[in-house]
Amino acid sequence: MDVNYRQSVAMLRTRSQWIALGVLLAFLAVAGRVFPSEIVDVMNMMFILIVAAHGLNILTGYCGQISVGHAAFKGTGAYTAAMLIVRLGWNHWVALPVAALAAGGAGVAFGLPAFRVGGFYLAMSTLAAQFILPALFLFAMPGIVGGISGITVPRPAIGDFSFRIPENQYYLFMPMCVVMTIVARNIARSRTGRAFVAVRDNEPAATIMGINPFGYKLRAFFIGCLFAGVAGWMRVVYDGCVRPDIYPLMGSIWMLGIIIIGGMGTTIGPIFGVILVRALNEMVLMLSPFIGGFFRPEIAIQMGAGLGLIVFAVVVIVFLVFEPRGLAHLWQVFNERMRHWPFKYEPG
Amino acid sequence: MVTEDEVQLRTDNVCLRFGVVKALDGISLDVKPHQLLAIIGPNGAGKTCLFNVINGFYRPQEGEVYFEGQRITQLPPYKIAKLGISRTFQAIQLYHGLSVVDNIMVGRHIHLKSGMVSGAIYFGWAQREEAEHRKEVEWLIDFLELTSVRNRIVGSLPYGLQKRIDLGRALALEPKLLLLDEPMAGMSRDEKEAMARFILDVVEMRGITIVLVEHDMGVVMDIADRVVVFDYGHKIADGLPEEIRNNEQVIKAYLGKPKEA
Repeated sequence: MDVNYRQSVAMLRTRSQWIALGVLLAFLAVAGRVFPSEIVDVMNMMFILIVAAHGLNILTGYCGQISVGHAAFKGTGAYTAAMLIVRLGWNHWVALPVAALAAGGAGVAFGLPAFRVGGFYLAMSTLAAQFILPALFLFAMPGIVGGISGITVPRPAIGDFSFRIPENQYYLFMPMCVVMTIVARNIARSRTGRAFVAVRDNEPAATIMGINPFGYKLRAFFIGCLFAGVAGWMRVVYDGCVRPDIYPLMGSIWMLGIIIIGGMGTTIGPIFGVILVRALNEMVLMLSPFIGGFFRPEIAIQMGAGLGLIVFAVVVIVFLVFEPRGLAHLWQVFNERMRHWPFKYEPG
Repeated sequence: MVTEDEVQLRTDNVCLRFGVVKALDGISLDVKPHQLLAIIGPNGAGKTCLFNVINGFYRPQEGEVYFEGQRITQLPPYKIAKLGISRTFQAIQLYHGLSVVDNIMVGRHIHLKSGMVSGAIYFGWAQREEAEHRKEVEWLIDFLELTSVRNRIVGSLPYGLQKRIDLGRALALEPKLLLLDEPMAGMSRDEKEAMARFILDVVEMRGITIVLVEHDMGVVMDIADRVVVFDYGHKIADGLPEEIRNNEQVIKAYLGKPKEA
């Protein structure tokens, strides 16, 4: 029972929620050591994607500003980090906030058209980011930016603990993902997050409450791309390099798909979305040699790869049609069912 | 004549045109503090247009709007809100994805201080602030008898309740001037009475100035201190409710001709 307002606005309100959190954190704490390296590697990739997806979720899910340039903003963070570390010899940890701010700044620059346009038109202008930024990675000053071959970046280390192997990277990415998830939730439930939703749901009504819609759209671009920048830095540690082809348009589309499947405008949504999409992806990778076996050998590989994209597309369409509120809503309904069990629950 | 400091809101010869249509044609209006002013008039008379001019959605081609002596004609709506002008809408404009509590919390926006950084950290400053302003919001929820639906998402609530939430959100801003655009439209007798009581209580408890657009003459005559009548963008009458009731021009334009005996 809530006995005061502070408890009522708390993230975790019941004993069972605290126990669930404890179990989850205990699992996360040991998972990096008990699972085989390949699975830990997949989990690392999930952590990176979750951080990026939180960013896009704040921008698109909470504030309603569509962006099809999220991979490019992630790339901006990654390239900023790589250049600072390799060209200027900066420390990895100092490069992290600067990379995040650089991505946030790029986001604000490409978010400026949101002053006048929304929906499709804003999608077009963020699409411009997706073409301009990777073109810069590829063609601008190859001596510094690295051109087609990119930049090889050494992995960071804390004392003897080097983040070279997945098992060790896990203990960097996992805590970062947890912290960024908490940050995302905090923004969503405080004044800024409510203003984002107000702008998304009803712009005139947001305005009359003293919210400057344009200011908040730019804030959403800044925060969303800041998350992308952090994810970009993580990706540099993960890959040990930056290359222009790591941040393609498809990456941005995947991101949108992830938050649609997971449930836009909820903090749990991006996490569900990433887990489902990556799990599907891994499943397809495992199945594709088997499916490839049905075809002639010369097209087997292409069929396997194409299948992944088809599965992704089908899942997104199924969710858009049957559950536009995503896995997060299914989760909510499930929770309510459990709360009312054994009585019947009618979703309101 | 009223002197400047006794007038809270003044519109001075406001003209608003859409193409050749004159939506407002030289509207001059003085609203005194703590007054409940009702604006009546047939559909399309320009009542809502005037609201949209006052809170900055429309820029009039001519004329000025002053609030507490300050010219607000060219200000954007969100800055006008910060001066203490709040409004409700004829067609409900809520944030459908938020709960009742959060909708009204948005009304506290200008009173909360936490920005992006303190919001992201949350613990400490933002949390304290959140709990503090929740008190005010919960008071409004109690006052408007919304307790039972407090945590529901507003999109699924019935019309009458949404109207009340709209009022609650406008009140959460702690406005000095509240513009109510047909708060009782489409309501049952009981709901109208409840709404009228809320409005009168607000005037009494908070001393807010209210400008009300309403079609229900019974309600208007009962609760208004002063009535202004619009017709085709003109102000055709301005006075006490009894004066308006007997005004020839008003009867012709709006109330209808009395039956010939």
